[in-house]
Amino acid sequence: MSKCPAVTIENVHKSFGPVRALRGLDFTIQRGEFFGLLGPNGAGKSTLINALAGLVRPDSGKLAVMGYDVESEYRDARKRLGVVPQELVYDPFFQVRETLRFQAGYFGLGREVEPWIDELLDALDLMDKVDVNMRALSGGMKRRVLIGQALVHKPPVVILDEPTAGVDVELRRQLWSLVKRLHGDGHTIVLTTHYLEEAEELCDRIAILDHGGLVALDTKADLLARGISKTLHIHTSERARNLPPALADKIKRITEDYIELSFSLSEDSVMEVLDTIRDAGVHVIDIRVEEDDLEDVFVQLTRDARQ
Amino acid sequence: MTGCLWLFWKELVRFGKVSFQTVLAPIITSLLYLLVFSHVLEGRVDVYEGVTYTAFLVPGLIMMSVIQNGFANSSSSLVQSKITGNLVFVQITPITYIEFFFAYVAASMVRALMVGSGVLLAALLFVDLSVYSVLIIFLFALIGSAILGALGIVAALWADKYDQLAAFQNFVIMPLSFLSGVFYSIHSLPEFWQSLSRINPFFYLIDGFRFGFFGESDVPIRISLGVCLAALIVLSLVTLSLLRSGYKLRT
Repeated sequence: MSKCPAVTIENVHKSFGPVRALRGLDFTIQRGEFFGLLGPNGAGKSTLINALAGLVRPDSGKLAVMGYDVESEYRDARKRLGVVPQELVYDPFFQVRETLRFQAGYFGLGREVEPWIDELLDALDLMDKVDVNMRALSGGMKRRVLIGQALVHKPPVVILDEPTAGVDVELRRQLWSLVKRLHGDGHTIVLTTHYLEEAEELCDRIAILDHGGLVALDTKADLLARGISKTLHIHTSERARNLPPALADKIKRITEDYIELSFSLSEDSVMEVLDTIRDAGVHVIDIRVEEDDLEDVFVQLTRDARQ
Repeated sequence: MTGCLWLFWKELVRFGKVSFQTVLAPIITSLLYLLVFSHVLEGRVDVYEGVTYTAFLVPGLIMMSVIQNGFANSSSSLVQSKITGNLVFVQITPITYIEFFFAYVAASMVRALMVGSGVLLAALLFVDLSVYSVLIIFLFALIGSAILGALGIVAALWADKYDQLAAFQNFVIMPLSFLSGVFYSIHSLPEFWQSLSRINPFFYLIDGFRFGFFGESDVPIRISLGVCLAALIVLSLVTLSLLRSGYKLRT
């Protein structure tokens, strides 16, 4: 068990009536990874997270957290898992510190946890709100308490289900700073987000789900280098004419002094493109290469999967 | 403390924060019943020999408040957590379904017994009560509050909205508790209504509880105790089975 993955997902299927929410998902998340779980709405991300947390029972397959089966060894699995839910849910009867204290209590933690609760409150910038009722907090503050609740038992694996949805820029920056710190401290982080730039910035490895299936699972670098396309912006001294058909097909836009063309990373070369333009008698003033970002890769992969 | 004890403690703190509504208000309501009914009906309703109507009424009112508050505590807390979604914070912890059951039922029992004790203490200002067996009084109060705590869990699991829970409370709990012999001895009813009362489980709770005060009851105490214990066991098993299966909690 000492070298088992942080999260094991083995051939997991789940249907809700006629809807197949998970279709044979099968992958692992290693210890210490910052793992991104991406996909459009309805892809199965939340179902997978809920299955790991024990809120959804898979029809078949196996799920484990730090080697502990989430069904047969659920007590051990849950002690090692912290989940920040997507919805802003809270108990309106309690104040901030009470909320965290009770949550720690549910994990059987006694007084020894109190310094850690103080540390969390400080890190989440909630120290001046400890005695405020949950109802009176802003959305961003409630979100921070949710994160505190997920971390209160110091779980080695933390799942954040779209934690920055509806959160302002400043708080988002603070949250990522905290999550990066947790990752630095050795926690395995699993993140779902709609903000692809966040996944691009933070995650080591990314799984893209669509319609309950795995569309892609790769390191961020490999995913970005899948050779889907680049865009080349070329400023010219005059309008380029008489370009060979092979190049003309790639042109997205052309004006008197500008050419925008897309080309395949694996098949084309920037130098060859420039040589061809020069051979056509056009002087190149400036060029700029724009690579696809994760969003383009994501859109392309999920579109391919649907087709 | 274990997770179960923390959940129990959380439930106590929850109703403690709204104690005007959860403890004081039901005591006042019971006292109003006592004042009105004893004033209107004293000397007009035949009860046990040598027992005044007001004294007869008090144990019934106490048990009725135990029944209603035992049910209200677990059902309202659980349905609220379920509908608002914060129950997820309990569901993702290592707390077992058995611990969950005990925490909710025990908290319901505490509230029910607090309200019941409050009604008793307040009633003692107006009426002299005899005590036949403290043990039986306690036993029926404990069993009654536990049955209703468990029934509250079942109702809250079943209800998808507050309206459904209110319907359960208004169309099941209230009629059964009002028609269980709180205000009268069933021997004063026509035969048909007596028979109907005998299939109402709350009747046995009230009749047994009243026996603890007067040493007299409509049915033998052994039968009341047997029916109430059987109801507790069956209902607990049903509740545990629903919780184990994740009924309306885990999909």
